[in-house]
Amino acid sequence: MYRRLIEFYKEGRISFKYVTTFNMDEYVGLPRDHPESYHYYMWNEFFKHVDIDPANAHVLDGNATDLVAECTRFEELIKQAGGVHLFIGGIGPDGHIAFNEPGSSLVSRTRVKTLAYDTLEANKRFFGNDISKVPRQALTVGVGTVMDAKEVMILITGVHKSLALAKAVEEGVNHMWTVSAFQQHPQTLFVCDEDATLELRVKTVKYFKALSDEHQKMIEDVPVEEQRVIH
Amino acid sequence: MKSKSGLTRLHNCYILRNSKIIKEDLWIRDDRIEDPEKVFYEEQLQADITVDCGGLLIAPGFIDIQINGGWGVDFSFDSDNVEEGIRKVSKELLTHGVTSFCPTMVTSDVEKYRKILPLIKQTDGGPHGATVLGVHLEGPFINLAKKGAHMEEYIRIPEKGIQTLTEVYGSLDNVVIVTIAPELPGATQAIRELTNLGIKVALGHSTASLAQGEEAVECGANLITHLFNAMLPFHHRDPGLVGLLASSTKRQVFYGIISDGIHTHPAALRIASRTNPDGLVLVSDAVAAQGLADGNYRIGPQLVTVEGVHAYVTGTKTLCGSTSALDTCVAKLKQSLDCSMEYALEAASLHPAKALSIDHRKGKLNYGYDADFVIINPDTLKIKSTWIAGECVYKCDQF
Repeated sequence: MYRRLIEFYKEGRISFKYVTTFNMDEYVGLPRDHPESYHYYMWNEFFKHVDIDPANAHVLDGNATDLVAECTRFEELIKQAGGVHLFIGGIGPDGHIAFNEPGSSLVSRTRVKTLAYDTLEANKRFFGNDISKVPRQALTVGVGTVMDAKEVMILITGVHKSLALAKAVEEGVNHMWTVSAFQQHPQTLFVCDEDATLELRVKTVKYFKALSDEHQKMIEDVPVEEQRVIH
Repeated sequence: MKSKSGLTRLHNCYILRNSKIIKEDLWIRDDRIEDPEKVFYEEQLQADITVDCGGLLIAPGFIDIQINGGWGVDFSFDSDNVEEGIRKVSKELLTHGVTSFCPTMVTSDVEKYRKILPLIKQTDGGPHGATVLGVHLEGPFINLAKKGAHMEEYIRIPEKGIQTLTEVYGSLDNVVIVTIAPELPGATQAIRELTNLGIKVALGHSTASLAQGEEAVECGANLITHLFNAMLPFHHRDPGLVGLLASSTKRQVFYGIISDGIHTHPAALRIASRTNPDGLVLVSDAVAAQGLADGNYRIGPQLVTVEGVHAYVTGTKTLCGSTSALDTCVAKLKQSLDCSMEYALEAASLHPAKALSIDHRKGKLNYGYDADFVIINPDTLKIKSTWIAGECVYKCDQF
């Protein structure tokens, strides 16, 4: 996604001059220039390639001396910016959104979060296969923080995330699959590939495919505010 | 393409960093290379100036630790207008991508040292010319049998170690390298004392055995002056100074190489580089004739004849320094070794910086380093512009 946005920027089709960004999470205690830090990732994969104003690019500081204050500050910044217009995120195979791991409160706000063992295990490949080097805590926006966004877009690709997609759309809202919370969000779009649909019922897939074209036509060139009432 | 102070981003370029050429922007501010990520997150600043480098390559500025003069100037001989000579050469060097150098004095009489040495001060570079890192004194404490182009009557023995050296040189304040023959009486003591003063000792113009060379290295010497030239040829029972390349001493030994295509055969270059890749330091060993047409010139008190790319002691076929600047040497080295571009460039930047123990601020394009660099065409190695301390100090008009 970032690569495409950079392409669009380089083609002169879009600019980030007036865009404000909030990154949803960051490891605690990881040096900012560590390749696994989101500061590092965002700088190298996106920020350095576009014209965003550094004062408008917000990333949680996992090295802040007072982590609680940092979380409060972040929520405050979002409020000052007028709230999040568009939240874009992926999910984990266990259906976590940001670092809201299974069991997270669905009304949670930005906070310090302990990471599930599965997450440490999955991430150790980025830390020399040494699980003791994987940070055990992270700062993350809460499910409630994301729910406040005007619009949500979730990108889901690959077979390994297909169960999470099924849990997100076919079953009820459940804090063990935090992505399912968006069933109660007024404006959420799930973007997925064929592989990610493997755990869905054939009926579900056919249903969404059948109405996709018509829906696209309806919302084309319509402002977000109006899209809310055209489903 | 000018900048000094202000936050400058050079983009659309490749840079040599951590021994790799990568597609990356180079950010500079004032006289240093900046970490743009840090600036972005901590200072939340954008670049004041953005320079489009047109897809060219940025490499650390070249460092020449052995250069006797050029453009008609002879550092060892012209004692009446020393500062003017240094100015002229340091200015001209910018056109060759050299951002720092060690003016080199060959064997001279005491009077010359006393007159010239105090006047070659360590000077920061800028639009006026390349940085003067300090003087390289090549001789007179060398072996008569390997005098090369040096004047016999001035050659001496460092009998009382550094005491003899100061009797000859006077103050050592402006000196960063002394080339010495380690087998001479008192040399070992001198090497130890020079090392204690933070002055680098180079071994050369010598008939030293490997054992003598190793002892010198143990005492602190870390350089070999123009490897293969003016030393015993490699012998399998006693490899001499050449053997230091593969010696069992733990310290890294650096060796100056004149890769002008004349002083060292390409095969010899390959032998050296494959044996001790990190130690290869490109030097120009350029003489006053560098940058001048064919004819007769001086090197020290001697006459030199330039014919094409060769510089001889007049009336003989004894080579006495080269007429190629360091940028040419980089191209020749790459051609002779068929090595990577990264290696050839580092042999003229990082390696000499390491040899002088200044690799914490020069010789790399890492964050916090001096913003001394060259923008070059990666195919031809032609220099587009030279930058010192964050300032564009030379720009090629016909690029």
